[in-house]
Amino acid sequence: MLRISRVAKRFDTGVTALQGVSLEVGRGEIVGLVGTSGCGKSTLLRIVCGLDAPSLGEVFIDDTAVRAPRPEIGVVFQEPRLMPWLTVRDNVKFGLEGYPKARQSELAAEAIGKVGLEKFADALPKQLSGGMAQRVAIARALVTKPQILLLDEPFSALDAFTRLKLQDHLLGIWAKDRPTMLFVTHDVDEALALSDRIVVMRGQPGRVHRDYPIDLPRPRGRANVAFQAWKIRILDDLDLTSEG
Amino acid sequence: MAVAERAPPARLSRTESAAPRLARGGGAARRRRIGLGLVIPLILLVLWEAACRVGFIPPNKLPAPTAVFDEMAGMAATGELFGHIGITLYRVFAGFFLGAAAATVAGSLTGYSRTCRELLDPLVQGFRSVPSLAWVPLFILWLGIYELSKVTLIAVGVFFPVYLNLMSGIQSVDRKLVEVGRVYRLSGWKLVRRVLLPATLPSYLVGLRSGLGLGWMFVIAAELMGASKGLGFLLLDGEQTSRPKPIIGSIILFALFGKLTDVILVTVGNRLVGWQDSFKAQSEEGENAAH
Repeated sequence: MLRISRVAKRFDTGVTALQGVSLEVGRGEIVGLVGTSGCGKSTLLRIVCGLDAPSLGEVFIDDTAVRAPRPEIGVVFQEPRLMPWLTVRDNVKFGLEGYPKARQSELAAEAIGKVGLEKFADALPKQLSGGMAQRVAIARALVTKPQILLLDEPFSALDAFTRLKLQDHLLGIWAKDRPTMLFVTHDVDEALALSDRIVVMRGQPGRVHRDYPIDLPRPRGRANVAFQAWKIRILDDLDLTSEG
Repeated sequence: MAVAERAPPARLSRTESAAPRLARGGGAARRRRIGLGLVIPLILLVLWEAACRVGFIPPNKLPAPTAVFDEMAGMAATGELFGHIGITLYRVFAGFFLGAAAATVAGSLTGYSRTCRELLDPLVQGFRSVPSLAWVPLFILWLGIYELSKVTLIAVGVFFPVYLNLMSGIQSVDRKLVEVGRVYRLSGWKLVRRVLLPATLPSYLVGLRSGLGLGWMFVIAAELMGASKGLGFLLLDGEQTSRPKPIIGSIILFALFGKLTDVILVTVGNRLVGWQDSFKAQSEEGENAAH
């Protein structure tokens, strides 16, 4: 489905953010990318969604190389990034240019329903809480029915309760259409709660350090022993002590 | 999958239509604002009238407000006054639209395209440092003493604030919003129309507003330079014939029309940028809620 092949990224400033990163994500799989800050995981996601070009290597979707943003990819950024002058409904419709009007309304209503914001469809972004705004961003990404959903630390700016709610919410959405999901997080709990696989990135420039299939049964209790054992193992991989 | 959510904020009810709309001042808050704004001008007017009545101020220097009013009412009765007002309004609007249109095209180009900016902006900035009144002799020489030179002078005055605000507005649009546009494969004109223009609207309006103010300033300059009609002509005529009444009357009319056109621009503008999450919008909504 999604294949990242020996991708490296070197910025104009001379900093090398990524080196030789290869990764495959199967159809409908949820993959969490974890790593300490500065290991290039967000850079990798920007390359996958076509916003930045890799210096070396390539990204393929079903054997088509990604060179610019593509319609089969939906993106959720760390911040909601809503257009402040558009209502929730019009923000969700933002990516539907070229669709017939009636189809736009239908798809937007469906996506807004998925994130449970029907009552707020005519509100402006300034009237929304952080969690609601991020749900609108998720709806905007889902509205084009992308095969691949990329999420860059989507819940990191939210408070702990909202974060837990939205994680469950995202899983509920995933269960319906089963898009392929690749998300970046620095929260190991979040990665364990959501992922079929966890890829640990490390170093500067960043490389893939470990790639674990997470076989925990769903829904995942965050408190159980197996969950905690995974957490210890991954935190160990991140090697927080020698960071610097 | 319904997620429990806080009760919607009360102010949501006001934005039921899809069009973003500024929460208008409620009746009471609006009356209060206008009423408070009138208090001091009215007191000054009464003091002024009283000072003239008791002979404290000589009427050949500063006539009483009622005398000024009578003079202007007399001119209005013969229709003469409307001719002066009409031609001045025409000059301001013609100059404003010409200047704003040229600035919109130029500012969009230099804001959006780096090549255009590097090519054109130094030249425009160079012209900007010429005091606008320095153009007067040249314009009169080139374009004659009549309307064209006046309108052109006003257009030059309007051009710069609109141009500067639009260009810097486009350049300071949030990169993150532009990236959302790119994710949905918008570029060129589509990106300008769907992201850059709406995001720039607040600073563009600021530019239009200061441009309009300069337009009113320059119309006086243009009319003082040589005109046979217009509010500026009334000023000059009053000076040359030692009559303070039309001078003061014209000044008051300038104040009224300047304020009126500004209010119109601001009202239209606020409807367009009511989506802004600004301190002003918030404090006004808070005040309305309190009433």
